[in-house]
Amino acid sequence: MFPWLTILGLLPLIGGLAMIFVRGTAAKQVGLAFSLVTLVLAIIVAFTYNTGTKGFQLAEQATWIKAIGAHYALGLDGIGLTLVLLTAFLTPVVLIASWNDPDLPKPGEPVSPDGTAVTHRWGAHAFVGLILATEGFALFAFTATDVFLFYLFFEVILFPMYFLIGGFGGARRAYAAGKFLLFGLFGGFVMLAAVIGLGIVSAQHGAPSYLLTDLTQLHLSTNVERWLFVGFMIAFAIKAPMVPFHTWLPDSVEQSTPGGAVMLAGVMDKLGTFAMIRFCLQLFPDASKWATPVVMVLAIISIIYGALMAIGSKDLHRLIGWTSVSHFGFIVLGIFAFTTQSASGATFYMLNHGLSTAALFLAAGFMIKRRGSRDISDFGGVVKATPLLAGLLLFGALSALALPGMSSFISEFMVLAGTFSRHPIYAVVATIGIVLAALYALIMYQRTATGVPTAAVTEKFTVDLSGKERLALIPVALVILVLGFFPKPILSIINPTVSDTLTQHVGLTDPQPHASEGGR
Amino acid sequence: MPALSLIGMDIPTPHIEYGLLMPFLMVVVAACLGVLVEALAPRPLRHSLQLLVAFLGIILALFVTILNWAGGDKAIIALGALSIDGPTYFLWTVLLVFAGVSFLIFAERRLEGNASAFTPSAAAVPGSTGEQEAIEARFEHTEVYPLAMFALSGMMLFPAANDLIMMFVGLEILSLPLYLLCGLARRRRLLSQESAMKYFLLGSLSSAIFVYGMALLYGFAGSFDLSAISDSLQSSTQKDGLLLAGMTLVGVGLLFKVGAVPFHSWTPDVYQGAPTPITGFMATCTKIAAFGALLRLFYVALGGLRWDWQPVMLVVALVTMFVGSVVGIAQTDLKRLLAYSSIGHAGFILVAVTAASQTGNGKPADSLSSVSSALFYLVAYSVATIGAFAIITMVRLRGGESTSLASWAGLGRRSPVTAAVFSLFMLSFAGIPLTGGFIGKWSVFAAGWAGGQQWLVVAAVVISLIAAVIYLRVIVTMFFTEPKADAPVAEVARPGWTTLVAVGFGVVATIVLGVYPGPVLDLAASAGEFLR
Repeated sequence: MFPWLTILGLLPLIGGLAMIFVRGTAAKQVGLAFSLVTLVLAIIVAFTYNTGTKGFQLAEQATWIKAIGAHYALGLDGIGLTLVLLTAFLTPVVLIASWNDPDLPKPGEPVSPDGTAVTHRWGAHAFVGLILATEGFALFAFTATDVFLFYLFFEVILFPMYFLIGGFGGARRAYAAGKFLLFGLFGGFVMLAAVIGLGIVSAQHGAPSYLLTDLTQLHLSTNVERWLFVGFMIAFAIKAPMVPFHTWLPDSVEQSTPGGAVMLAGVMDKLGTFAMIRFCLQLFPDASKWATPVVMVLAIISIIYGALMAIGSKDLHRLIGWTSVSHFGFIVLGIFAFTTQSASGATFYMLNHGLSTAALFLAAGFMIKRRGSRDISDFGGVVKATPLLAGLLLFGALSALALPGMSSFISEFMVLAGTFSRHPIYAVVATIGIVLAALYALIMYQRTATGVPTAAVTEKFTVDLSGKERLALIPVALVILVLGFFPKPILSIINPTVSDTLTQHVGLTDPQPHASEGGR
Repeated sequence: MPALSLIGMDIPTPHIEYGLLMPFLMVVVAACLGVLVEALAPRPLRHSLQLLVAFLGIILALFVTILNWAGGDKAIIALGALSIDGPTYFLWTVLLVFAGVSFLIFAERRLEGNASAFTPSAAAVPGSTGEQEAIEARFEHTEVYPLAMFALSGMMLFPAANDLIMMFVGLEILSLPLYLLCGLARRRRLLSQESAMKYFLLGSLSSAIFVYGMALLYGFAGSFDLSAISDSLQSSTQKDGLLLAGMTLVGVGLLFKVGAVPFHSWTPDVYQGAPTPITGFMATCTKIAAFGALLRLFYVALGGLRWDWQPVMLVVALVTMFVGSVVGIAQTDLKRLLAYSSIGHAGFILVAVTAASQTGNGKPADSLSSVSSALFYLVAYSVATIGAFAIITMVRLRGGESTSLASWAGLGRRSPVTAAVFSLFMLSFAGIPLTGGFIGKWSVFAAGWAGGQQWLVVAAVVISLIAAVIYLRVIVTMFFTEPKADAPVAEVARPGWTTLVAVGFGVVATIVLGVYPGPVLDLAASAGEFLR
C-alpha cells in the first residue's frame, strides 16, 4: 500500500532540511512550496478517508525496535485527520503571513537605516526550516498509533519551537524559550516514566508492544492504571496547557513572533488535548473516569481564570495567550464529560481554536508590526486608518468569543450542551466563560481599533493590508465562516471516531434526555 | 571447572586458550612494539610508525574479537582467570572501537601547528629553558600511543576477569599509564601535572582499598574465584563480617573508577587538567571497563547477597545522579561541566545496576536485562562524549583550547555547524528523543522498573530534568547569548581529518543509535548474562 502518511509527515521535514542549502527569498519560496504540497496531500488523504469504517485508516506498520516493543505505526482516525488538516492548512498561512518577519526589528528595538533589525536574528531560512520541522513532527504525532512513536514526536517537537521562540522572538526571548522548554521537558520526562511503566506491564503479558491496538487489550490493575494515567495526564496538561501548568504559555507567546505563536498555540498545544482523547481515554478508561471530578474542576478554573487574565492583559500577544488557556479549558471539559456531543464538540473546538487563534495572532501581528509595540495602550482608532486590518481583527475577536455564525460557536455550544446532559452544574459554571470571552474580545477591539486615532497610529498606519497579508488572513476567515454555517463535513469525520472511543473504550453511553419529572 | 589445587600439591601445567585470548594479546603485543619503535625508530618516523602499530593492533584485535564472538565460543579460560562470555565480547568490541576513535583525536597535529596536543618534554619544569628548548627542537612524546595501548589492554582485562587477582591486575594496568598520560598536556601544564598527581594519589588509595577488600573476601571464601565466592555464599549459613566488609571495600574501589558519588571528587580536576584527547579516552573507555567489572563482580560473585547491597547501591545511584546534575549546573568550565555530566551518567547507569533485573524468570527472552541496558547506555554515552571532547579540542582562543563556557557565547553565530553538532551531543546527554541518549535512558530506566525499582526510576526521571538544564545552558550560551564587549571570544579552528572523522563518527552514531537502535540493542541483549 502507498505510504501516504509517511510521505505526509516527511515532506515538511525534507523541506526543513532543504533550508540548509537555500537562503533569503529562495528559502521562503521553497518552504512555501513544500508546505503547499503538504496541504494538497493532506486534502487528498482527507478525500480517501472513509467515515464509515472503524479503526485506523491508511495504516502503516513495521516493527521498529524489537527489544523495546516499539513500532513504526501510523494511521488516521477522524480526530487525527481533523488535526492533520488544521496543521497542513495553518503552516502555509503562517509562512505567507511571516514573509518579512525574520528580517524585521521587534518592538522596542533599534532599527538600521534600511528598516531591518540591528541585532540580527537568524535568517529567514532558519525560520522557515523550523516552522516546517514543527509541522512535520506535529503531523507524525497526530498520525502515530504507537505510544513510543508518539512520545518521540511529542517530545522532539519542543526543539524547533524552542528555537523559533529563542531565535526570533522579542527582547526577553531567551528567558521565554527556556521556560517553555523546561516545562515541556518536565512533562515529557514524567510521561517517559509512565511510558516505561506501560511497556513493562505490556512485557509482563507476553512480547512487549507499544501498539495502541495491543495496549488497549491489556488488563491493568486499578492502582497501576491510575499511576500511569497521572503520568500521561500531567504531560498532556502541560502541553495543552491547563491550570496549574499553564504559566509558560503567556510568556512564550508574548515573546514569539506571530507566526511562531500560531504554530505554538494553534498546532503544538493541540497535541495535549488530542493525546487526552487518544491515549488517556483509550488506554486508561477507568482511571479517566476516576479522575473526572479533578480534571473538570481544573478545566473550569482554566476557563474562568484564563478569561479573567485575558481581560486584564496589557500586551496583545499575552492577551491572546490567556484566551487560549480559557479555550483549552472548554476543550478539556468537553473531553472529560464523556458524551459524544461534548467530545465531538471538543475535537471540533480544537480545529476552531486553531483557526481563530491564527486569525487573532496574525491580525494583531500586522498591527504590532505597523505600530512597533505590543502594548494595547499604544493603539487606538486603528479602524479609521486601516479599516480592513481592523475588520479582520474584529472578525478574529468575534470568532474567539464564539459568535453564532462562526465555527467556534458550534463547537462551544456542543461542548456545553453535551456537558450539561451529564454534569449540569459544571456546564452552568463554564457558561460564565462565554460572558467573560465577550468582555476580553470586545474590550481589546474597542481599545485598539475604535475611537479617535492617536497621533502615532495616524503616522504609522499608512497602508492597509498588503497582498501577502490578505492572502494569509482571508482564507482563515473564510474557513471559519464556511464551517460556521456548514460544519457537517468535519463533524461527520469526527463523530464516528469519538462515539467509538467513548462506547468501545470508556464504556459509557450518552445519558438519555429526559423530560422534567413531576412537572414542577 | 577444575578448582585451583592447594598450594604445595602438584601444580598443573597452565592450559591457555590462546584463540580466545588473542585480542588481548594483540593489544599487548602492539603496545610492546610501540615501546620498541620508541627506542629504535628515528625521531621523524616515530609518530607515523606509532600510529601504524597502534591501529594495526586495534583493527586486528577487533577483527579477531568479532570472529570469536560470531563463532559463539564462550568459556572460562586460563585456569579460571578470565571469563570470555557475551558481555566480554561486547565490551571488548566497544572498548576497541572507542580506543580507535580516541587515537584519531590523539593523532591531531594541525590545531597546534604541526604538533600534537602533548607536551614536548614532560620532564622539563613548566616555563623553564629546558621546556623552551624542547619546544623549539619540536620534540614529541610519541610514547602516548604505547602507554594508551597498555591502558587499553588493562581495560580489556578488567571486565573480563573471573577472579579478584586478575581484576586487580587489570585495574592497575589500566590505571598506571593513565596517571602518566594525564600529566602530558602541552598547555596549562601545571594544571595537568596537578591532575596527574591527584589522580595518582586517589587512584592508588582506591586500589589499596580494593586489595584490602579482596583479602577480606578471600578470608571469607577461601578463593579469589568469583564463582567460588558465589558458591560459598550459598553454602555459608551466616553472613560473615569478613564478607560484608570485603564487599564494601571492593565496591568502593570499583565505584571510584566509575566516578560514583561519594568517590567522585577526582573526576572534575582530572578531566579538566588532562590533555583533552586523554580526557575523552578516559571518559569513555575507563568508564566502560569499570562498569563491566562492577557488573561482573556484583552479579557473579555477590549476586546472592543482592538484598544486602541493593539498598546501598540505590542510595549511591540517587546521590550520584543528583550531585552530578546539580553541581554540573554551576560549572563555568566545559571540561568540568562534562566531568560532572559523566558523574551524573554514572548515576543513571547505576539505576540499572541496582535493579539487577535479569532475563529469564518469566520474562520474554529478548527483553532488556540490567546488563544489556547498561551496555547500551555505555555505548550511547560514549559516542556523544568522544564527539564532545573532539569538538572541545577545536574551539580555541589565542592558540590554546578555550574551555570557559563564557568564551563560547555566540559560537552558534560564528560557527553554526560546530555549534549545532555540539548541541546534538548535549541533547543526547539530556536524553532527548531521536538521539542515542534517549534510547539509553529508556533502557536503563526500563531495566530499573523491571527490577522492581519504580520509585528510583521516578526519581531518576526528575533528576533527568535537572540534568537537562546543564546541557540547555550550553545551548543557550552558544545560540542565544552575545559575547560581552571586552570578554575573550573563542573561535573554531580547522582541525585535521582525523579529528573530523572522530566528530563525524560521534554525529552519525548518535543519530543512528537514536533512530535505528535495534541492531545495537539486539547485540547488547544477545550478549546476555555473565558466564559463571
